[in-house]
Amino acid sequence: MARQRGDTRAAWMFLSPWIAGFLVFTAGPMIFSLFLSLTRYDMLKPATFVGLDNYQELVTDPKVGIALYNTLFFTVLHVPLLIVLALALASLLRRAGRASGFFRTVLYLPVMTPPVALAAMFLLLLNGQTGAINELLGWFGFTGPNWTTDPAWIKPGLVLMSLWGVGSTAVIYLAALSRVPQELYEAARLDGASSWKQFWHITLPGISGTIYFTVIVNTIASLQTFTEAYAMFFGNSEVADNQGDSALFYVIYLFQQAFSSLRMGYASALAWALFVVIAVITAVQVRASRRLVYYESEPR
Amino acid sequence: MGRAWILAVVAALATGCAGLGESPDDAPNVLTTMGFGLPDEHATARVGVFRQKYPGIDLRITEGAFDEQQFLSAVASGEPPDLVYADRIKLGGFAARGAVQPIDDCLRRHRVDMSVFRPAAVRQVTVDGHTYGLPDFATVKLMILNNPALRAAGIDPATLPTDDWQALAEQTRKVTAVDGGRIRRIGFDPKLPDFFPLWAKANGVELISPDGRAAVLDDPKVVEAMRFTTDLVKAQAPWASFKAFKDGFDEFGAGNQYAKDQLAAMPMDSFYINTLATNSPDVDVTVKPMTDRTGTPFTELGGQAWAIPRGAAHPEQACDFLVTMTAKDTWVTAAKARRDGLAAKGRPYGGTFTANRDADAAIFSEVYRPAGNRIVEQGVPVVLSLQEKAFALPPSPAAPDLVRVWRSAAIRVLGGEQTAEAALAQAQREADLALRRVIGR
Repeated sequence: MARQRGDTRAAWMFLSPWIAGFLVFTAGPMIFSLFLSLTRYDMLKPATFVGLDNYQELVTDPKVGIALYNTLFFTVLHVPLLIVLALALASLLRRAGRASGFFRTVLYLPVMTPPVALAAMFLLLLNGQTGAINELLGWFGFTGPNWTTDPAWIKPGLVLMSLWGVGSTAVIYLAALSRVPQELYEAARLDGASSWKQFWHITLPGISGTIYFTVIVNTIASLQTFTEAYAMFFGNSEVADNQGDSALFYVIYLFQQAFSSLRMGYASALAWALFVVIAVITAVQVRASRRLVYYESEPR
Repeated sequence: MGRAWILAVVAALATGCAGLGESPDDAPNVLTTMGFGLPDEHATARVGVFRQKYPGIDLRITEGAFDEQQFLSAVASGEPPDLVYADRIKLGGFAARGAVQPIDDCLRRHRVDMSVFRPAAVRQVTVDGHTYGLPDFATVKLMILNNPALRAAGIDPATLPTDDWQALAEQTRKVTAVDGGRIRRIGFDPKLPDFFPLWAKANGVELISPDGRAAVLDDPKVVEAMRFTTDLVKAQAPWASFKAFKDGFDEFGAGNQYAKDQLAAMPMDSFYINTLATNSPDVDVTVKPMTDRTGTPFTELGGQAWAIPRGAAHPEQACDFLVTMTAKDTWVTAAKARRDGLAAKGRPYGGTFTANRDADAAIFSEVYRPAGNRIVEQGVPVVLSLQEKAFALPPSPAAPDLVRVWRSAAIRVLGGEQTAEAALAQAQREADLALRRVIGR
């Protein structure tokens, strides 16, 4: 009994730095932002209580709809593409044999690129008139679109850019693939299963827990996407807003409201609305996972 | 034992906090700045003058471009820098919102004659009759024309009409080069959406009311300016292609749009004369004033200002600093240092354009050295002729919103989403809402 109490105390001690950090740097600011969302506050004058006005405005603000649409569009395109590409790369890496370590490093290197540098580089690569990507498409007889200036192509261009960081997900999949029991493949081969059937019936269920994790994490990250789009299209105040609303993601709009229009109350309401949206989407994914995800430890 | 551990942790935390040291706010002789850097002789020489004049002040310059979020957070937290350096249009907005403090007493104490500063610059830092900052640099907007391209199209660069919009559209059509559906040379870039206030003014309207508390966006003359400038772009290429082509310019390199014959004409900020003179001195361009629709030369004044944030710990020393930095003698010292620095690299010195008229007069009579550079020799007199004909939009508490609103409107029209009338009607509604939110009208 005494030993158990000692263990509990030790656990709390080890947890306490995290708990303190969470309370001070996450929970505290969250509660404060919930309070701010009920006020009008421009950082220069004291906050005035406005009740649910900010939330009412949020419902009627057309820019919120645009920003939400852009963000969901990006997420719906980015997450599946990222997962498929990462899985394909991880599968190829599995077959790389001794060179696997080298390719793993090469694949992961782009993840190290600072987002702002990445944005600057892709602005040049994606330029519709002089960029290397359209130049490449031209070699195959395709006329590339204006990725960075045509409203219809700005978001696909950003999705293309976002795949630059596929390496981190691919490395996770590589680890998951190595944990799928080899005897299952041997048994399937003896039964005459094709490569595709092996992939569908063994590999996918075997790594479904990992896929589920990356879907959740990347969906949340996509719904909060900010840095690259901001650096490409909003970072320089001289050219900000020069491409219309096509790249106006939700968090960029939130940032504009907070730090350009100085509407901290409204920005806080936007933040809480996003929190709810993410929570709902995550809840749906968790529910769906009960049918789609297989954990080795649980009976099927 | 447990108690000893707790005491040790508390002591460590206390020691750590104490180790943070004295804040600059607490030190009486420390002066901090935000938004300013020391990239060239203009900055280093002026800071040198201040340090020499006030050796007892420990000036700490936090280098880096002005960051609105950083500044406002600092003001809101009660620990602002002693001085802030930013674009005047932004400072005007901060003044109207109370983020910077009036400097009338400071100006009286130093007997600063505000009439030596250019009126348009003073207008940008004056709110309700109080001065909130001292203007620093001053840039104007003017036309820069690609002579070979225009002459090849049978157009005399000296007579390219910016007053006759129909003729301008016609001549733009002649000089624009499109090859296989891809634009090869822009005939005339009206610089939308950034220069839209200039085109509205050319048509006789300012986008913000003189008191800064109303937007004038759905005025028929504003609509006409929007329709003309957007049609001018769209007649050359779809906006997406036009902008992508522009984005590919090496604007600050030797292979710039004039050197590569990618552009025939555009209005541009005056600093670009020095950029061209330095990076592509042999490029054949004509610099001329923009004219309004009556043919009268005019321009828009831009530039930065120094101000003292609300709650600054050392406003008196900050006052000494901003008065010294913008004084005539300081500017002349900086101009000489700049000239000598450029001469050491074999480059011409095209002058320093300040908001202080006395300083400019001294610089251009005593220091200016074009060193035979044709772009500077032709362009600088044009800049000097325009400085007194400049307008500047008045400070508005909702300035960032208003700018965003009219820029977005221009983009919607350029992208074909809306007509000029519809876009500006929407912009007016959005601007009214933004103003209502800020000033409760």
